[in-house]
Amino acid sequence: MPFGSAHPVRSRRPDLVRAACLMVFAILTLWLGAAFAAASYPALTGRVVDGANLLSAATRNTLEVKLKDLEDKSQIQLEVATVTSLGGMEIEPYANELFRSWKLGQTKQNNGVLLLVAPNEHRVRVEVGYGLEGTLTDAVSKVIIANAMTPRFKAGDFEGGITRGVDDIITALTTDSASWQPMPQIRNVDQQSPIDTIMPFIVFAIFIVVFISILRGGILGQIVLSMLLNGGGRSGGGGGFGGGGFGGGDGGGFSGGGGSSGGGGASGGW
Amino acid sequence: MRSLSSSLRSVAIVIVLGSSVSGCGYNRIPTDEEAAKAQWAEVQNQYQRRADLVPNLVATVQGYAKQEKDVLISVTEARAKATSVKIDASTITDPEKLKEFEAAQAQLSGALGRLLAVSENYPDLKSNQNFLALQSQLEGTENRITVARKDYIESVRVFNTDLQTFPSLIWAKTVFSSKKPMVAFTASEAAQTAPKVDFGK
Repeated sequence: MPFGSAHPVRSRRPDLVRAACLMVFAILTLWLGAAFAAASYPALTGRVVDGANLLSAATRNTLEVKLKDLEDKSQIQLEVATVTSLGGMEIEPYANELFRSWKLGQTKQNNGVLLLVAPNEHRVRVEVGYGLEGTLTDAVSKVIIANAMTPRFKAGDFEGGITRGVDDIITALTTDSASWQPMPQIRNVDQQSPIDTIMPFIVFAIFIVVFISILRGGILGQIVLSMLLNGGGRSGGGGGFGGGGFGGGDGGGFSGGGGSSGGGGASGGW
Repeated sequence: MRSLSSSLRSVAIVIVLGSSVSGCGYNRIPTDEEAAKAQWAEVQNQYQRRADLVPNLVATVQGYAKQEKDVLISVTEARAKATSVKIDASTITDPEKLKEFEAAQAQLSGALGRLLAVSENYPDLKSNQNFLALQSQLEGTENRITVARKDYIESVRVFNTDLQTFPSLIWAKTVFSSKKPMVAFTASEAAQTAPKVDFGK
């Protein structure tokens, strides 16, 4: 149509913008609702989530102390989980999705490890976060599973197998100097990062300058205006991430640090 | 000098337009496109990692099973083919190219599967530490490939949805009219699943 295309649209724009924003809000609400509904994985209630009841209280406490000690020293989050059922899934995708829903390890370092035991499916898996793939390699994980765990599981000794497995994983994680030594430095950098502290002030200062120059009708205001229209701002994307669920548990509050895994590690059966 | 009301109006315009433009899907298209491209890089990276394991694996098997020449040659050839087909992240909108990539990788998967099946017949090879390590690395890499493919498919779905749904559709049709939907894998998971390696038996 040669006429009447541009003009009516322009006059309706505020309505359109409002409708668009409402739409985005509605979609986000639906999406979040769906995400929560889809989560059928066990809750992260502590460092040991013994859904299949394989461990005695004493063993659980011993393990939790070891795991907490590991995190205090190295920031590595090693999580032990046992489940009664994999819900018909293979253990590899199940472990990966459980790992991601619990967000084990720190966000930037992705230094989490999940030891998952599914006694009814006779499967065990060590799922390794991106950041530890070089330390706890697939081959090492496989050796730990094949030597320390599956022979004991086969004999029905789940406590012994899990304890030895955890010990061996911790040994593998802490004897590699390349990943062990730099940890304190990384922690310092994370804590003190000066940019993070100043950033709000910088942003605020820029905002004030822009605001004043727009008020005065200066050239800077015009530039910023055109930049905004051309998409200078970066704000879209996902919302903020919390950790996993907080749980009372025996080891005190515990939650994932925001790490992720890309399917590293190994699995085994017995 | 401008009047106060016109200044205030320009400020209001900046705030309203700025927030509505970034809040209503403008940034989503480039953001999600970059995310999908990064996922594609990860997919290629993991396939490359598998290809890198092959020469070592072939060399190890060769030491124990020289007579399995056909299988060894087919693996080496499939690897050469698979590493020659690469797709740049910016051209991942061409279904034919992706099909070619998939076919080459599937051929390597098949050849590797045969190699592992054949190696079952050589007890010495099966208990070789180097071979066991390579097998677990191969197994782990296949799992990483599965995860990377899944993530890529998901991020392509998000990007392609941006191009077709309101409100980002407005920008897709105007400012980003040159952006094309990206293509995801179509082959069944089964065609790509790793040859299962069974340990402990």
